[in-house]
Amino acid sequence: MKPEKIVVIGNGMIGQRFLEQLVSRAEAHPVDITVFCAEPRPAYDRVQLTSFFSGKSPAELNLVPEGFFERHGIALRLNDKAVAIDRERKVVRSARGQELRYDKLVLATGSYPFVPKVPGTEWQDCFVYRAIEDLEAIRAAAGNAKVGTVIGGGLLGLEAAKALQDLGLKTHVVEFAPRLMAVQLDDSGGRLLRHKIEALGVSVHTSKVTKEIVKGETCRHKLLFADGSSLETDIVVFSAGIRPRDQLAKAARLSVGERGGITVNDHCQTNDSNIYALGECALWSGRLYGLVAPGYQMAEVAARHITGETDARFPGADMSTKLKLLGVDVASIGDAHGAAPDALNYVFTDEASGIYKKLVVSGDRKRLLGAVLVGEANDYGSLLQLTLNAIELPEHPEDLILPAREGGASKGLGVDALPDSALICSCNNVSKSALCNAVTDGATSLAALKKCTRAATTCGGCGPLVKQILDATLKKQGVEVKNYLCEHFDYSRQELFHLTRIGGLKTFDQIISKHGRGRGCDICKPAVAGILAACWNEFVLKPKHAPLQDTNDYYLANMQKDGTYSIVPRVPGGEILPEKLIVLGEVAKKFGLYTKITGAQRIDLFGARVEQLPLIWKDLVDAGFESGHAYGKALRTVKSCVGSTWCRYGVQDSVTMAVHIENRYRGLRAPHKLKMAVSGCTRECAEAQGKDVGIIATEKGWNLYVCGNGGIKPRHADLLAKDIDDATLVKFIDRFLMFYIRTGDRLQRTATWLDNLEGGIDYVRKVVCEDSLSIGAELEADMQRFVDTYECEWKKAISDPETLKRFRHFVNSTAPDHNIVFAVERGQIRPARSDEKHKPDEAYNSSKADHEPALEPAS
Amino acid sequence: MTARPNLRLGEWVAVCRLDDIVPDTGVCALVNGVQVAVFRLSGDGEDGGSVHAIANFDPFAKANVLSRGIVGDLKGELVVASPVYKQHFNLVTGQCLEEPGVRVAAFQACVQAGTVFVIT
Repeated sequence: MKPEKIVVIGNGMIGQRFLEQLVSRAEAHPVDITVFCAEPRPAYDRVQLTSFFSGKSPAELNLVPEGFFERHGIALRLNDKAVAIDRERKVVRSARGQELRYDKLVLATGSYPFVPKVPGTEWQDCFVYRAIEDLEAIRAAAGNAKVGTVIGGGLLGLEAAKALQDLGLKTHVVEFAPRLMAVQLDDSGGRLLRHKIEALGVSVHTSKVTKEIVKGETCRHKLLFADGSSLETDIVVFSAGIRPRDQLAKAARLSVGERGGITVNDHCQTNDSNIYALGECALWSGRLYGLVAPGYQMAEVAARHITGETDARFPGADMSTKLKLLGVDVASIGDAHGAAPDALNYVFTDEASGIYKKLVVSGDRKRLLGAVLVGEANDYGSLLQLTLNAIELPEHPEDLILPAREGGASKGLGVDALPDSALICSCNNVSKSALCNAVTDGATSLAALKKCTRAATTCGGCGPLVKQILDATLKKQGVEVKNYLCEHFDYSRQELFHLTRIGGLKTFDQIISKHGRGRGCDICKPAVAGILAACWNEFVLKPKHAPLQDTNDYYLANMQKDGTYSIVPRVPGGEILPEKLIVLGEVAKKFGLYTKITGAQRIDLFGARVEQLPLIWKDLVDAGFESGHAYGKALRTVKSCVGSTWCRYGVQDSVTMAVHIENRYRGLRAPHKLKMAVSGCTRECAEAQGKDVGIIATEKGWNLYVCGNGGIKPRHADLLAKDIDDATLVKFIDRFLMFYIRTGDRLQRTATWLDNLEGGIDYVRKVVCEDSLSIGAELEADMQRFVDTYECEWKKAISDPETLKRFRHFVNSTAPDHNIVFAVERGQIRPARSDEKHKPDEAYNSSKADHEPALEPAS
Repeated sequence: MTARPNLRLGEWVAVCRLDDIVPDTGVCALVNGVQVAVFRLSGDGEDGGSVHAIANFDPFAKANVLSRGIVGDLKGELVVASPVYKQHFNLVTGQCLEEPGVRVAAFQACVQAGTVFVIT
């Protein structure tokens, strides 16, 4: 069969997609393709154009796979604009005067930016926002400019505003309509978007008609508005809409719409059946589509039709869209304005958080017709699916946009409810069943799934939904995420905790011989040690428990990089007597320790050799200090502000409460360390909302927050209970802590624990505050038993000769470790670097004691 | 128990009583100026009551700390985990499990009449 001659005019996103669709079918239908492209580079991702200013290079935006044109024998004529079509001779003529015959001609000429007829637009520094070349020109002009103005507050205009901001310009947006994004948003949504964008430093001017551009006084130009006001600016970017690029078609006497656009039928054919038109230049059923997804669909339809699938039809497309504009999530679905005659609206506005959500539902409240989301658009995917698949709405449609109700069932829509045919990625036309099949065929990670289906690779709006489908499909295949402790136990920490408790198991040997295998390792041994401590609260250094401990727990101190230890005595609530402060200083001086104040309102003493630890603690215990458990997966500290006792603003005595709480839970072993804080008023000086347990005073009592965290992944704590009295506060903390200790995973802080807990904070509230599991009394009793059996580990250690024996560096010598060497910095010791260790003049050993090679009789 | 075969030439040095080492922990002994980590393993299996000796110097942390690590087994190999950065070292060969190119010295160790002996 003789290859059919196909000529394509335009190599934008849609033209390129058409080529890919065509060559993928070319085996059965040989083609000879030539592409004319007016731009100097092949197809790139125009949707991501703005990222050019945040650092992406043209190469990164490129959409053409390497070697694509060569591999498929496509002749690509860059910088060569098609200027005329001779339909009689079936010939296209280019700007360079070449003539090329076609069997089928495809117009993918896209659109051009509309620039209103304003006197002065011929001035320098007036730009449009369409191609990489435009952006390069804007960047060049921005070099010595201060102020930039975008005319047009639609989707693309706000993208352009972001670009100007990224270039460091004071940015203005001027909109003709009374609100931003007039097509997609209603008044309230537009107002909220405006507030958010203004908060980012962009000035928004609505209902402004630009009359003229004249020379400026403080800037290069001045915009004069119809209402008499004006605005000084150095750069003007026009983004007042797009117009279909249909001049070529018009000149060839193809049928075009009254307001532009090449008329096409369902097969994307123009009134000349050998000529097709796709994307933004095509007018289908009286509609123009300015989005990429419908264009992609048209590209596929045309490719199928040309290669012989005569029934391929474009069904029309959904104009729903989700975007991040200047960092603000904005989404519009279906009939966002409620144009249907009996449509009902549900509206939720949270001005504090800057969130606006609107649902448009049918008169019988059974179907979702449209939606608007501003500020938070996580539900875009599920709402879109509800609309597209006409899925019956739940009894209370408002639950779909309201924050989850206390005790309410989880809202939204599980992916299982979607039909297989549901279109998940409309940009790339990927259905639910296509995703499920890809997962079954081995694409078991999100990255692999995106790569092989192309879902979520264009606008990314369906990303969360794709992930849910991936997870659900994997779960159905029986793939489960195992949380076994390690190779010695086929149980999670939580399961092992219950086995230990219920079985009354008291040692690691019992547990591993009954529920595990092998000798154990540095993962399971400390985990089990923590479980045993939480269940039975026995001395951690009992010989049967000692081998389970990490070195920090074994030596009741924190090992530092050079093998020395640091010591943190407990200072409950951060309140300390002057006498005890003096003792800390004296001990530090006596043993030559480095001292530093910690972030937890305590004092850390560094540089202690292992054999010094009991001597140091003897002095500390004599002065009334206790272990601070800085070495353990245990309660560290309860930070406090000075509270109502001294502070003008305090409403409760935060220090007394902090001291009380710290003394109650000191030494409590948990899956990970525990931090707490008490603030005496809402000014929150103790930073309680960044702690595992945070307590904030109110006029009426205390607010209890839980599961906050600082560190690598900060998490704001959640409010568990409001305005509770002292007794209730302690009761709730008892229950909360014991519930966490029973159910937490190994090394899982409360923040991660909560994020992984089914039902989240509502569930915790039910268990802790409402006692929904009827285990409240049991949890309290567990805690009371722990409190009653607390002993200071260091006090016990220094009075036990057997335990003391292990605090020496050599089993057969009293010599110190000569590898421990310090240097001096700012008047205190620090570990010497290796180059310093070899210069004895500049560094000194931790002990002047002589090396003692002689063996001592052991025992 | 008796010394393992393939002994190197050297002198057995008594370092401590077996009772001085808590089962499933280690101690550090100074043997001819070298810091040696000596581990006692519990149990009555093949390795029951055995002692093992490797260098005490952790090549990753550059500190004398291996005797203070947690002992156990990984896929059947007896190991100690460094208390600093948690790499595992084979108690018999000194080989680091995470880094094939890293190995610490391993020494012969045995128990005679309740006393632990090491050759360096």
